[in-house]
Amino acid sequence: MELLVASAVAILTASGVYLVLRQRTFPVIIGLSLLSYAVNVFLFATGRLALNMPPILTNHAIGYTDPIPQALVLTAIVISFGMTAVVVMIALSAFLTTQDDRIDMTDAAPDETTEGSETVPVTGDGA
Amino acid sequence: MTHWIILPIVLPAILAPFFIMVIRHHLDLQRIFSVAGTLALVAITLGLMGQASTGEIEVYELGDWPAPFGIVLVLDRLSALMIALTTVLALAVLLYVIGTDWDKRGQHFHVLFQFQLMGLLGAFLTGDAFNLFVFFEVLLIASYGLMIHGGGGTRLRAGVQYVVYNLLGSTLFLFALGTLYAVTGTLNMADLAERVAALPADETALLRVGAVLLLLVFAIKAAVLPLHFWLPASYANAPMPVAALFAIMTKVGAYSIIRMYTLVFGPDVAITHGLVGDWLLPAALLTLAAGTIGVLGSRDIARLVAFSAIGSMGTLLIAISLFTPQATGAALYYVIHSTLATAMMFLVADLIVERRKGTISYAPPMPQSGLISTLFFIGAIALAGMPPLSGFIGKLLVMDAAWVVSQVWLIWGVILVTSLIVMIGFARAGSLIFWKSHDAALAQALVEERKPPEPSDEGPPPVSALPFVAVFALLAGLVALTVFAGPVTDYTAATAGQLFDRTDYIDAVLKRP
Repeated sequence: MELLVASAVAILTASGVYLVLRQRTFPVIIGLSLLSYAVNVFLFATGRLALNMPPILTNHAIGYTDPIPQALVLTAIVISFGMTAVVVMIALSAFLTTQDDRIDMTDAAPDETTEGSETVPVTGDGA
Repeated sequence: MTHWIILPIVLPAILAPFFIMVIRHHLDLQRIFSVAGTLALVAITLGLMGQASTGEIEVYELGDWPAPFGIVLVLDRLSALMIALTTVLALAVLLYVIGTDWDKRGQHFHVLFQFQLMGLLGAFLTGDAFNLFVFFEVLLIASYGLMIHGGGGTRLRAGVQYVVYNLLGSTLFLFALGTLYAVTGTLNMADLAERVAALPADETALLRVGAVLLLLVFAIKAAVLPLHFWLPASYANAPMPVAALFAIMTKVGAYSIIRMYTLVFGPDVAITHGLVGDWLLPAALLTLAAGTIGVLGSRDIARLVAFSAIGSMGTLLIAISLFTPQATGAALYYVIHSTLATAMMFLVADLIVERRKGTISYAPPMPQSGLISTLFFIGAIALAGMPPLSGFIGKLLVMDAAWVVSQVWLIWGVILVTSLIVMIGFARAGSLIFWKSHDAALAQALVEERKPPEPSDEGPPPVSALPFVAVFALLAGLVALTVFAGPVTDYTAATAGQLFDRTDYIDAVLKRP
């Protein structure tokens, strides 16, 4: 069980990191999702793995599972879900505006900008 | 227990949905309520700062759950200073945005602005590590919207980079928090501090991993080399007034480093002793150097200011990485200076970009060139750390605090040389932008090269005074910081003293007599 959870976190993280390093936005977003799944599973394990235990301590239970990581995971899921939606929307509008879904900005020419004065052309040494 | 502490979080949290649900089509009303709300926040936070300056640590238990079971908000000198700085900066930026009609160039500016304030103020006030993560996310998700405000291809692509980078940071933050929870079983900062100190030495390997992971997360926020790559492209492509507000966002990272690594992994905690400071100091020196070289190499004004922001984070983190009360006091003084100066410079950059292109090259003279060049000159003095403004005092305090380490000459050398280079960079940019444009022969050549300007009937468009009021307000803040350097350093020294005396904080949160 521990091995299963640990290898799941490891595989999800490794695939996520690989995809995040890709050049186009779609794999990067998939990679971010995988990383957030990895961290969710990881957070579950931080309260120690317990099977068939109630999340509260009662007089009748032989033990209990830590409820706090479950609350943390719930928060983390909601946040990462919302963040993924935001990044999809921004990436989509960037793609629709510039007809280019590459994530690096080395080739951003000044004429790609739709408006003039307040958009500063990038000089090419961007991250 | 007074309820004033929760107000800086609740007020923007009520205002923002009110804007979007009730007055979403009335920009005038939104402006009025936004300014009124921010003014109220300034008053509340200044009041809280007055309360905290007595040295008392005020704890607010959300839902009346006692710590460490519930989430607490903690008001000590440090958080009071940071929230007051945030709201004052926000007010200046808001006035500037209204004066320049930036909020008309996209939708829901004021909504996002209020949520951004809520996230910032919450992050400074919370006493719970997971709650800190939640407020980080609140301020980040609002900053994503503000960053791409006004649209445009380059800005959107820079926005994608910014969001992706910060999402990775958030994931790392969760990994770090999970690791800390797995070892200690708590996320309340005061409780964490007690349990970390009580942990047997042979069980601390995982804890040290967590501490370093957490440092990486805060280093991303604070734009420490080599994790600073998101900053130049994001800040240079964000709307300049938004970048001015973001001047406080890198300080959230710096604040978190100060808070976590004095309270939880303090310098007297044996297991993480030297773990943070020894790594942070070289990184901070490199950050300062890289920011400075970027200032020299920038080809447009927005990147110039963005790199000078990185440089000032470097100076700040040098002071933080020493982890002595004197150095932390100097760092806190520098936080105030750096926030105000960077924000002012971003606003000046916007004044320039709005009148001519942002590139550092020759262009015909622009309206109000004299006034703007004066403001640019003063801002450059402040950022380069020259007398008579507060940057000089700040750098002096940082260098004076550096005597405690053996690398003192390295620190002095890097700070002094980079100050010179920043000065050269700004002098070069300023003379190209403001002076060369008055070169008669060159101007003539430029006019002939381009099409003659279309004759306008009504003369130049009327200029609102409000943007200049905002810039001068930040300038007044810098002057006040210089003139009242004595009282301010007294406050920051008292703050540092409070930070390094951890028992007061822990006793206040855990309700011990």
